[in-house]
Amino acid sequence: MGGFQQAIEAAIPALRRYARALTRNGELADDLVQDTLVRALRSEHLFHGGDIRSWLYTILTNLNRNRLRALARRPVLQAIDDNDAPELAGPEAGARDIERALASLVEDQRSALLLVVLEGLTYREVAEVQGVPIGTVMSRLARARMQIKAYLDGERPPLRRVK
Amino acid sequence: MIDRYPPVTEEELHAYVDGELAADRRDAVEAWLASHPEDAARVAQWRAQADAIRARFGMLASEPVPARLNLDKLARGARSWRAIAAAAVVVAFLAGGAVGWMAHGASAAAPSRFDTFTAQALDAHGVYVVEVRHPVEVTGSEWPHLIQWLSRRLDYELKIPDLESIGLKLVGGRLLPGPFGPAALCMYEGHSGERFTIYYARTDSPQTAMRYRSADRFAAVYWVERGLAYVVSGPTDRERLLGVSQAAYDQIDKSAAQPR
Repeated sequence: MGGFQQAIEAAIPALRRYARALTRNGELADDLVQDTLVRALRSEHLFHGGDIRSWLYTILTNLNRNRLRALARRPVLQAIDDNDAPELAGPEAGARDIERALASLVEDQRSALLLVVLEGLTYREVAEVQGVPIGTVMSRLARARMQIKAYLDGERPPLRRVK
Repeated sequence: MIDRYPPVTEEELHAYVDGELAADRRDAVEAWLASHPEDAARVAQWRAQADAIRARFGMLASEPVPARLNLDKLARGARSWRAIAAAAVVVAFLAGGAVGWMAHGASAAAPSRFDTFTAQALDAHGVYVVEVRHPVEVTGSEWPHLIQWLSRRLDYELKIPDLESIGLKLVGGRLLPGPFGPAALCMYEGHSGERFTIYYARTDSPQTAMRYRSADRFAAVYWVERGLAYVVSGPTDRERLLGVSQAAYDQIDKSAAQPR
């Protein structure tokens, strides 16, 4: 196995973690990682050095974005056994809360937040992954954190009370 | 009292939490937080959020990597799908199929087998179920001949299930040009004229779980067993389609269809 493949292989656990947090669905997450790996292996000639991990996060983030776009456009593929976990209590409920709070974010905000706090990327790296200026990354982070707080505080945005 | 430092911005607070703050501003931010409890509370909240996210998802990186993400295998181009245990017929309808859709678009990635076969089966279904006089090439009354003929053309001992027990009569079958060789389509009809089809095509993926897709007028259930892809298509009544697929699966599984 060449150095390129070894570097990809080393990144797989982190990719799975990111994909899982991004999609909140283990099966879907591994599909996404699989497609990312296939794409990366096929595109070795497109990789011109730099941090391979960031490159993989970029592929995965784009694949997921395309997936969401495609879902909005295409007939819906429904899961027959919606494995909605039952309501939980105790520490499990806290885990469930943060998942739900993440689910309430728009995709770019969720991705930015996860890349920073879960994957430990720098703002600059996230800007490269998302293909936006650093300022945009920072405002996505700020909005993500505001939204999560609002969610955990019991509001359920984006619903606004209208008088 | 006048702060000794220029005021701290919200961006700096985030940067402070994320370890991105320029070293020469750290003292300023810490002094600010000491005298601005609301901002200190926000910083604490953001840290708690990050901790919760890491607590929830962090351990996933230490899980063993599933076999289907084995890089050598992927590098050889073999797409290994997650197999289900044939014994436990768990009809797991994977939302994961959605990923295949994405590859279906203009992207360079090859469309998945799921997409290819399901799309073709749904097309064939739509074309032939409306046929009144010529829905099939060989009728169900010639069942032995039908099985023999289609099995020979697909080079696979096909099992054409008997679905009378769930109210479906075999109309017959036909040969189709498939994406990777010949495919077969068998048609069934219910009491009120509703029609279901089972599409068969050889594939190189060994086994998959069942997946469901609904299109405009029809829906389909797809699975792979022992190198043969099956797509059951019918009206978009999910429960009924599931029942038909399960019945077909059970019979095919029982009779253990085998490559020739």
